[in-house]
Amino acid sequence: MTDNGESSHASPGWAIQTQGLIRSFGDHFALRGVDLEVRRGERVVIFGPNGAGKTTLIKVLSTILNPSSGRVMIGGLDLKSHAEEARYRIGVVTHHTYLYGNLTAYENLQFYSRMYDVPKARERIHDVVAMVGMTSRLHDRVGTLSRGMQQRLSIARCLLHKPAIILLDEPETGLDPQAVPMVWRALEAEGGTEPSIVLTTHNLERGFELGERLLILAKGQIVYQKAKQALSLAELKQAYQDYAAGGEWDSGAKF
Amino acid sequence: MDKNHALKTGLLGLTFVLFMAALYLVFIYVPTEREMGVIQRNFYLMVPMGWLAILAFLVIFVCSILYLKSRSRSWDVIALSSAELGVLFTSLALIVGSIWARPVWGVWWTWEPRLTATLVLWLIYLAYFMVRAFAAEESRGAAFAAVVGIVGFIDVPIIGMSTTLWRGMHPPMIIFQGGIDPAMLLTLIVSIIAFTALYCLLLVQRVSMRNDEIEIARLKKTYS
Amino acid sequence: MGFWRKVLAITWKDALSEVRTREVVSSVLVFALLVIVVFNFAFGTRQEVVTAIAPGLLWVTFAFAGVLSLNRAFIPEKEQGCLEGLMVCPVSRGAIYVGKMLASLLFMLVIEAVALPIFAFLFNLPVLSLQIIVITILTTVGFVAVGTLFSALAVNTRAREMVLPILFLPIVVPIIIGAVESSGLALSGKAWADLSSWLQIIAAFNVIFLAVSFLVFPFVIEE
Repeated sequence: MTDNGESSHASPGWAIQTQGLIRSFGDHFALRGVDLEVRRGERVVIFGPNGAGKTTLIKVLSTILNPSSGRVMIGGLDLKSHAEEARYRIGVVTHHTYLYGNLTAYENLQFYSRMYDVPKARERIHDVVAMVGMTSRLHDRVGTLSRGMQQRLSIARCLLHKPAIILLDEPETGLDPQAVPMVWRALEAEGGTEPSIVLTTHNLERGFELGERLLILAKGQIVYQKAKQALSLAELKQAYQDYAAGGEWDSGAKF
Repeated sequence: MDKNHALKTGLLGLTFVLFMAALYLVFIYVPTEREMGVIQRNFYLMVPMGWLAILAFLVIFVCSILYLKSRSRSWDVIALSSAELGVLFTSLALIVGSIWARPVWGVWWTWEPRLTATLVLWLIYLAYFMVRAFAAEESRGAAFAAVVGIVGFIDVPIIGMSTTLWRGMHPPMIIFQGGIDPAMLLTLIVSIIAFTALYCLLLVQRVSMRNDEIEIARLKKTYS
Repeated sequence: MGFWRKVLAITWKDALSEVRTREVVSSVLVFALLVIVVFNFAFGTRQEVVTAIAPGLLWVTFAFAGVLSLNRAFIPEKEQGCLEGLMVCPVSRGAIYVGKMLASLLFMLVIEAVALPIFAFLFNLPVLSLQIIVITILTTVGFVAVGTLFSALAVNTRAREMVLPILFLPIVVPIIIGAVESSGLALSGKAWADLSSWLQIIAAFNVIFLAVSFLVFPFVIEE
């Protein structure tokens, strides 16, 4: 846990800032002091093995979970006091689609556009659905769609309100491989507004390709971070081996 | 640690003295009631039990609010310990009530309003333990139990009102009608204080025992 | 106001889903009908017996129907993590409670609106009076106020279906007593004034538990 004074003030240049973020479930600490800073428009990829705390981190950033201690700022807003305002700026995609199986794709998106006060909802729904290539299935019940299609719709749902910060927790789970590039194009098409992206994934190759800054989370702490320019894929793989898989970071003994 | 020990010893001594006094008052000092006879002495046991059933729930209520506010485990420990004592005293209140009912009304159970309300209270206590047992994680169970503790306690006076109105009886209790003998009143008050001291003693003991259990579990986890 | 628009969006979404599947209303109605038929066998058909037990019968049926339908209230929210989806949305946790509560209220009132005439028809009882309707609506508000809170709690436990009745029934004892007693008075042709103390208890219960549930609901859905 670093405690440098310079990050203690909130500057509008940051999309996400966390300080000493700790989250425990009873005796188990899922996050033990995470200091994460994401600049506006930056794409950060977080790697980590299962149980590293990736999902917990995304849940805290997306206001689903409250931190046990520490501070979280989203776009300069402290989540403790301004969670509702901050939620307008966040879009979330996880392996859960957040879609109701009994409603059609359109009805689902209509519901969420009401929740986010999306202006001109009809046009916007058609736009986002076109972005993920689901226009032809717009009036089908979500329950009848394949898992991959549902996941694409889930990405459309996330983009509805033009979030400034997009949180992606293993979004590729269940997505058919050919849909992945399409989804990233959709996210990039939103690039006019320069959203910041935080992505968690197992997939080192894909993450390396997409990220500007690469982090490794292990046992609830950020144990490694580097800008992509300063790093090759092979180096990333080696680092992942050292920090995440082996767990040597615990004793500090690296071979 | 030392201070805690002194507190426990002090409470133990106080409880002992109070109970001796209460026993003397109940069995030797206080006159036998004319109409009901010896069974009326049950009264000095039944009222304190009922009082503790509610006091224990009040403690749960306060600690539950503090737990939800602070998420500090120590409040949950107090609430849970109080619930264990509460369910014990509520059960005893029901048993003593039954023993009272037998000679007075000729049946073991009667839907007398206060007895009915106590039974409902007992069922809420059970629900309090159930949500803990059925929760997926312990910390979640504690939050759920706190919610039941808050909702349940607020329900107690409404249950009391509705059962009273239901049996068409009027709320004023015998002791408040002014007709009570001063000796009886004194005995009752001492008895209530003695049982309250017992509750405090048991609560302090249970809380410190549970804290030790948590500490042991933590140590086991770190060294295994 | 933004709060109410979003509350109604949640209620609307639940209602739309229900119109599609008719999962809750139809199954609970069949259940209610079965309870009525079973009671008929249990207590016989003599009119004086039926008149005596009618209020109890009515409220046992509605209480269990309430448990059954409330048990379903949060199941769709769990299936694709939708409750998390709602928590991510820019609304207060309280708005989620109110939206879900109104949807359950709507379903229960529809169920009761069908069950009451059946009741009147099968037992030859004057339950379609204004008094009984007011009692039913008031009591149902109390049911769903508490039930929505506990339904959200129960869905996050193991043995979901078991937890709700164990929590729900003891807490609603006061309004069940109130509903049975006031329905009895109403069926025997008493005036509003004779019912008032019961209606007051039910109304007080409703106000208190709507407020309390609204306040503690966030702690039930947040981990």
